[in-house]
Amino acid sequence: MNNVISLLLSIPLISALILALIPRQNARAIKLFALFSTFASFALSCSLFASFRATSDLQFVERVAWIPQFGISYYVGVDGLSILLVMLTTFLMIIAIGGSWNAITDRVKEYHILFLLLEAAMIGVFVSLDLFLFYVFWEFTLIPMALLIGIWGHGRRVYAAIKFILFTMFGSTLMLVAILALVFIHRDQTGVLSFALSDITRNPIPPALQPILFAAFALAFAIKVPMFPFHTWLPDAHVEAPTAGSVILAGVLLKMGTYGFIRFAIPLFPSAARDFAPLLIALALIGIIYGAMVSIVQRDIKSLVAFSSVSHLGFVMLGLFTFNAQGMSGGILQMVNHGLSTGALFLLVGMLYERRHTRLIADFGGVAKPMPIFAAFFLLVMFSSVGLPGLNGFVGEFLILVGAYRANALYAALAATGVVLSAIYLLWMYQRAMAGPVTKEENERLRDLSPREIALLVALAVFIVWIGVYPATFLDPIQASVMQLLGGFK
Amino acid sequence: MLLQFKLTSFRGSRPEANNKILRFAQNDNPTTIIRIPKLVLNEVETSKMSISIPDINLRIIAPVLIVAITSILVLVAELFTRAEQKRTLGYLSIVGLIFASFAAFTLWGSNASAFRGMISADNFGLFLTLTILIGAALSVLLAMDFARAQNIEQGEYYVLLLAAVAGMILMATATDLIVIFLGLELLSLPLYILAAFQRNNSYSLEAGVKYFLLGAFSSAFFLYGIALIYGATGTTNLLQISQSLSLSSNSQSLTHSLSSNSLAFIGAGLLLVGFAFKVALVPFHWWTPDVYDGAPTPVTAFMSVAVKAAAFGAFIRVFVFAIPPQAIEWRTILAVIAVLTMTLGNIAALLQSNIKRMLAYSSIAHAGYILIALVVGETATASSLYYILAYTFTNLGAFGAVIALADGERERLKISDFAGVARDHPRVAAALAICLLSLAGFPPFAGFIGKFLIFGSAVENGWTWLAVVGVLNSVVSMYYYARPIVEMYMHDGSADWERGVKIAPLVGIALLIAVIGVIALGIFPSGAIAWAQSAFVR
Repeated sequence: MNNVISLLLSIPLISALILALIPRQNARAIKLFALFSTFASFALSCSLFASFRATSDLQFVERVAWIPQFGISYYVGVDGLSILLVMLTTFLMIIAIGGSWNAITDRVKEYHILFLLLEAAMIGVFVSLDLFLFYVFWEFTLIPMALLIGIWGHGRRVYAAIKFILFTMFGSTLMLVAILALVFIHRDQTGVLSFALSDITRNPIPPALQPILFAAFALAFAIKVPMFPFHTWLPDAHVEAPTAGSVILAGVLLKMGTYGFIRFAIPLFPSAARDFAPLLIALALIGIIYGAMVSIVQRDIKSLVAFSSVSHLGFVMLGLFTFNAQGMSGGILQMVNHGLSTGALFLLVGMLYERRHTRLIADFGGVAKPMPIFAAFFLLVMFSSVGLPGLNGFVGEFLILVGAYRANALYAALAATGVVLSAIYLLWMYQRAMAGPVTKEENERLRDLSPREIALLVALAVFIVWIGVYPATFLDPIQASVMQLLGGFK
Repeated sequence: MLLQFKLTSFRGSRPEANNKILRFAQNDNPTTIIRIPKLVLNEVETSKMSISIPDINLRIIAPVLIVAITSILVLVAELFTRAEQKRTLGYLSIVGLIFASFAAFTLWGSNASAFRGMISADNFGLFLTLTILIGAALSVLLAMDFARAQNIEQGEYYVLLLAAVAGMILMATATDLIVIFLGLELLSLPLYILAAFQRNNSYSLEAGVKYFLLGAFSSAFFLYGIALIYGATGTTNLLQISQSLSLSSNSQSLTHSLSSNSLAFIGAGLLLVGFAFKVALVPFHWWTPDVYDGAPTPVTAFMSVAVKAAAFGAFIRVFVFAIPPQAIEWRTILAVIAVLTMTLGNIAALLQSNIKRMLAYSSIAHAGYILIALVVGETATASSLYYILAYTFTNLGAFGAVIALADGERERLKISDFAGVARDHPRVAAALAICLLSLAGFPPFAGFIGKFLIFGSAVENGWTWLAVVGVLNSVVSMYYYARPIVEMYMHDGSADWERGVKIAPLVGIALLIAVIGVIALGIFPSGAIAWAQSAFVR
């Protein structure tokens, strides 16, 4: 099996085509088939992970000329930087499809087609080793996501969808020019016209030319992450998106930004990345503290979780730009952790919303009484997000803080305040919404979780605990690639 | 060949002709006038010896001839066609267009030239010829049901359309300013009538009159430009113009180059105005929204793609190949015009509430993108060809969807009319969405590859700032291309529009072809890129 990745990309694409042929009256068949397809993708990515060797090599590489006139190839493969994200994507897709089983009743067919197209594009982003191919997948994720927000979202969904598209597109089109400039600079130096990442990193471009190109790449990725001050699209998109859209948006799409830094921006422009690191770390620290403080004052649970993402992704960025093994591995692991925890939080908020059609903290209170199972899962996921030892969030944040401390003690001190603040906003929200006596009559007879919902949350909880208790399973594959990436600086 | 040789020797015999007055006098000189017939006579005498020359000539203009003959056939056939069977004339036109495409295919790579270098079937011209033919065939498919619904089903429609196509092919394959002008007029006159084809609709009439008046005006500019270029170089042949201009720019005699260059400079400026009118560049774009809006939608669809292909073909031949930028520095001017055209086109499109006007301004913006390729020069020729091909499929798809969604005589023209379309017509909505995204330059659609190629050649040749302006404009354009998509998918339809209107099958076929083209050119572009790259100019 040396074309596993093509298979992985084609499963959702072919499934989307098949879905297009199923008559729209058979909503149940459409949902079942989509779920089946996501299971197949996840199973395949698990087998990918199982046969993955913990070395820094690119594995399962496929390379076929695509537009030979410009040295563009269909060039895919995974290494330690991307393998976990591929798994995360296929895993969260099951959660997304399963989580919207009853919530989506309108245009079920289009919904699932778009989700499967989105899955293919997201996997494509993480496996592309050719700049052009990467850009194609990167841009293509926008369309299904914007449609998902705009069609099945709430309130100001159209505004949120357009804002999402315009913000991301602004950054990425400039990145396209930077890609072109990079490729032609590389060609003028070496005589080789190629968009393949490995060809270009072999001969880094002169340091004098790096800053402006790095800035263009970094802008595109920073908007996607999103880093302060480019984060303003995120709360809108999250609050208005349907639950499954938020799960994927927070769980996977934001990771495309941080992944872009480690896969492209840093290896392509090592010297500029070093020069820019203080600025990016400063923005990351502002994001950590600012995101957390804004979260505290939110009245809507979903926007609270959305702003907490700004804070958490600040941690990831901090880890990546410490340029040491702990920080970087922690950053990569924290991407996965954030995907699991925040994805789970959005799922939980969505479950609450399906029952009460509100997300305001003030409308709840004492929900733990009618919904004890729900409350238990909520508590677990919240602790994971806060970073309680024994759960996944702790491992990632700890590694990042160690890395930050090694880089500069001040970074670690400032970042640690973010951990404290996250405890405040999450626990306080939990106290107001879940604990205490039931204050509102409507909340007294809330249904507790259904078996389907429990199954989804159990699946998430398994990974949350697994990474917390035995992170080596997931850290080992990362290490070698991180060391190789850092070797580029020595 | 002989003529060319004679002409050069003739010019060479008067090296002292080094100021403007002298050169003017030279051209008015009766002895010169006598001399030229002598040359022609020589040519005729030699051509008697080789009889095969007329054959080759006809073969080279075979696509034009086939289209023109089809046009006449349709005109004659109309006399014998009953009113309810006018549709067969449309099929006849398509057959003619397909035959013309075959003729163009067989010429591919022959790189032949005929009529004393006036027309050349080089791959550049053939690529555009095929693009025009594809555009025309799809437009005919789009028009057939529309014409019936609007009560304008007349054979003349196809006759005029085919005549315009003949003019377009002539213009795209012309290598002489006179023939370019011939093509320009041959394509324009039928289009003036076609724009006003809905006789009972005042907007359509306005469109026709406006297009005619401004078009005639621009033709005059163009003709005057030809005259001045002839004055400066003594020829209308593009190859010889380029030789003459590069000669004069290398000339040691400063006065000579200054005087003849200032003539050529003004001439080139007037040609630029003429082209700018036809392809709708700012500030010569004012006619576009009114004409695109008023003309019957299939005519708008046809105009928006085929006229651009033909006019840009000649534009590239004249500016990139015949007038070397070393002789006249026109690149800066075109760069400024490109920026203005993209920006104003996109900003004005933001404000439109009518989809045809929006697409009109969008077509202005796209002319600006293609202009970037002209600024970059010879190396960007392939990029512009690919862009024009991609744009042809995409824009026809977009207009095709507008036509498909018409409810009998009533068309959905306001963007808000598209509300809820995705529920009633999911396939047409998807087609329109794909075409709009392609226009915005989203991968994996054809428009993205087109923009990638154009911006790529700009960056490659040191015009990075122009590429940056271009991509930022794409972001702006996304906002208005998204609006119909938002209406179709994210808003609920009003009761104004009857549900479950059947899509005319021919329109459906045209739309399907266009969307397949958009996706195929986006995902598998290398074949078409290779064709475009082999489309060198003779």
